Amino acid sequence: SSWWSHVEMGPPDPILGVTEAYKRDTNSKKMNLGVGAYRDDNGKPYVLNCVRKAEAMIAAKKMDKEYLPIGGLADFTRASAELALGENSEAFKSGRYVTVQGISGTGSLRIGANFLQRFFKASRDVYLPKPSWGNHTPIFRDAGMQLQGYRYYDPKTCSLDFSGAMDDISKIPEKSIILLHACAHNPTGVDPRQEQWKELAAVVKKRNLLVYFDMAYQGFASGDINRDAWAVRHFIEQGINIVLSQSFAKNMGLYGERAGAFTVICSDADEAKRVESQLKILIRPMYSNPPVNGARIASLILNTPDLRKEWLTEVKGMADRIISMRTQLVSNLKKEGSSHNWQHITDQIGMFCFTGLKPEQVERLIKEFSVYMTKDGRISVAGVTSGNVGYLAHAIHQVTK
Amino acid sequence: AYRTDEGQPWVLPVVKKVEQMIANDNSLNHEYLPILGLPEFRANASRIALGDDSPAIKENRVGSVQSLGGTGALRIGAEFLRRWYNGNNNTATPVYVSAPSWENHNSVFMDAGFKDIRTYHYWDAAKRGLDLQGLLNDMESAPEFSIFILHACAHNPTGTDPTPEQWKQIAAVMKRRSLFPFFDSAYQGFASGSLDKDAWAVRYFVSEGFELFCAQSFSKNFGLYNERVGNLTVVGKDADNVQRVLSQMEKIVRTTWSNPPSQGARIVATTLSSPQLFDEWKGNVKTMADRVLLMRSELRSRLEALGTPGTWNHITEQIGMFSFTGLNPKQVEYMIKEKHIYLMASGRINMCGLTTKNLDYVAKSIHEAVTKIQ
Repeated sequence: SSWWSHVEMGPPDPILGVTEAYKRDTNSKKMNLGVGAYRDDNGKPYVLNCVRKAEAMIAAKKMDKEYLPIGGLADFTRASAELALGENSEAFKSGRYVTVQGISGTGSLRIGANFLQRFFKASRDVYLPKPSWGNHTPIFRDAGMQLQGYRYYDPKTCSLDFSGAMDDISKIPEKSIILLHACAHNPTGVDPRQEQWKELAAVVKKRNLLVYFDMAYQGFASGDINRDAWAVRHFIEQGINIVLSQSFAKNMGLYGERAGAFTVICSDADEAKRVESQLKILIRPMYSNPPVNGARIASLILNTPDLRKEWLTEVKGMADRIISMRTQLVSNLKKEGSSHNWQHITDQIGMFCFTGLKPEQVERLIKEFSVYMTKDGRISVAGVTSGNVGYLAHAIHQVTK
Repeated sequence: AYRTDEGQPWVLPVVKKVEQMIANDNSLNHEYLPILGLPEFRANASRIALGDDSPAIKENRVGSVQSLGGTGALRIGAEFLRRWYNGNNNTATPVYVSAPSWENHNSVFMDAGFKDIRTYHYWDAAKRGLDLQGLLNDMESAPEFSIFILHACAHNPTGTDPTPEQWKQIAAVMKRRSLFPFFDSAYQGFASGSLDKDAWAVRYFVSEGFELFCAQSFSKNFGLYNERVGNLTVVGKDADNVQRVLSQMEKIVRTTWSNPPSQGARIVATTLSSPQLFDEWKGNVKTMADRVLLMRSELRSRLEALGTPGTWNHITEQIGMFSFTGLNPKQVEYMIKEKHIYLMASGRINMCGLTTKNLDYVAKSIHEAVTKIQ
């Protein structure tokens, strides 16, 4: 007999299931709108030019493969912090922050979650927006935290339930942890406006909450890295010492290289040093030290003026293509004769769009049109191209008219 | 980390070649790997550990999880065991770590949630060798189902491995007492120069019908330290059990790092799946192992020629990167302060730090330390 007879089969990943079904489909018009990775206008993965250049430069340097420090590549972590906080940030210039390299967004979130579990004794409760990225809940749970929610998405309007959010947040017990998506909310694409962020910062400060920002799409949302980091910077300027997780998977297309960072804004540089020592103690028994390749590429791009300039252009290109697909989808729906209000498609931002489609409609899209998306009606706009946006609009119109 | 005779880090020639191949392949991109890792890497990595003719592989009862180095593999295995081994979420299951061991072993299992981490006798300081009887006694008296971390070869930090006969005795007790073997294999090939020889213990346990975990690192034997290439090999009773185990490990991976880094896995997979590159790699590994073996024999012969008090055969009997010299803390302090030779207070030296240029100096310094300081 086996030690593992009682081990249950884990539930299949819902998003993976979408891709599996898509692969099996023989319809030539099929579309995979579950994919959480950018695609170019031919539906192909896109390796950024600045990434290729950085890789060539790295290869030419013929570096050794010695272990990185536990906290990661210093040039990378410093550049990541500066990218998020802004070069003129008082917090950055004074050194009252610590940034450690993490395994992309997930790994950075997990380090932060473990750190809070160990050192944030005031509360076990992490408040997530409703809805949030599916993996947030198990990450915090596995770290030993408890999950709560605050109102966020309004399904009636397919936009932000701002009064609901403010109402819920104003009632969160003091010193709880609140997680906010810095930009391009996943899965809804619904972001607060700057005026609304100001009010959110005020209420969060009033309730004395610990703010955990998840920024996985800086630059990728609006095309402007400073605009996408506005909320993060505003909160810090308001005296809120946030913690922050960053990913370079999407904005640099470094998905499989796992480049990310976790930052803690501290009272002063001395506190930052002490926090850093504890983060290292958490990281060492997880994987000892982080992988070099993605961090080296990102670091070279951020720290080399020409490459950085090229990167900013390319990330804007990706964001612009997504925005253009949103616009074309709405205009095509109008052309199809749809009488519904599809404004939320262009109001929402980032890779994902909450279409507002119901499960039955989604099922018809999959079965009758081979258009694949998750049951909640979320589509990855990255999977839309000028070649298939017409077909998509047609299909959506058929199931909603 | 390994050092050349010039005291420099060494990127393996086969690694340089394969990296160039990867760089020139325009069909490659940076897309996410599957959660459990690159399929070609996983299968090849486990095959290296278990052997081409492994009955477990033939019977389709082997699973693999690409991990962030050996540490990552240990951590995924530990997290799984804490959730699913010996009941559900049984944090009280004792975990036994050798005395001494790599100090991170303790932290990995502690952070995975285990509450009862104990040591088992291993190093006999008096005779400078394995305390087999102490080890076996600890296994006899360990609670049933306890987890034992076993070093597959090149024990860190003592460099002292059980002989095949001793491994057989260990396996017999573990089977009888229903103890779980969790192998840590960080030096396969690097220890003796032979992949098969260094995997003997793991393969023996498999042939004895054990279900086991083996955390593999490719940091040392591929010199891929900072790419974080590791693999957790799972051997189960049958395919169905292994499949369910892997599905639960996938959930653990998803909340730890989502999916593993691709660069290092690509290098290893490409190398292991090409007969020519595989041979080249084995040659590179033997180069490293042979240099360490040479340094061992050269150091020992110098100490014996100097007539340094004590016996020094343990230097060549021990294996792998490290050697427990037997120097006491005072003698170590002398080495550091007076001779500027840096070693651990335990008397552990990294053999990779020895070169043909510094052998004489190191031998003389040890001689001085032993004769001047008691």
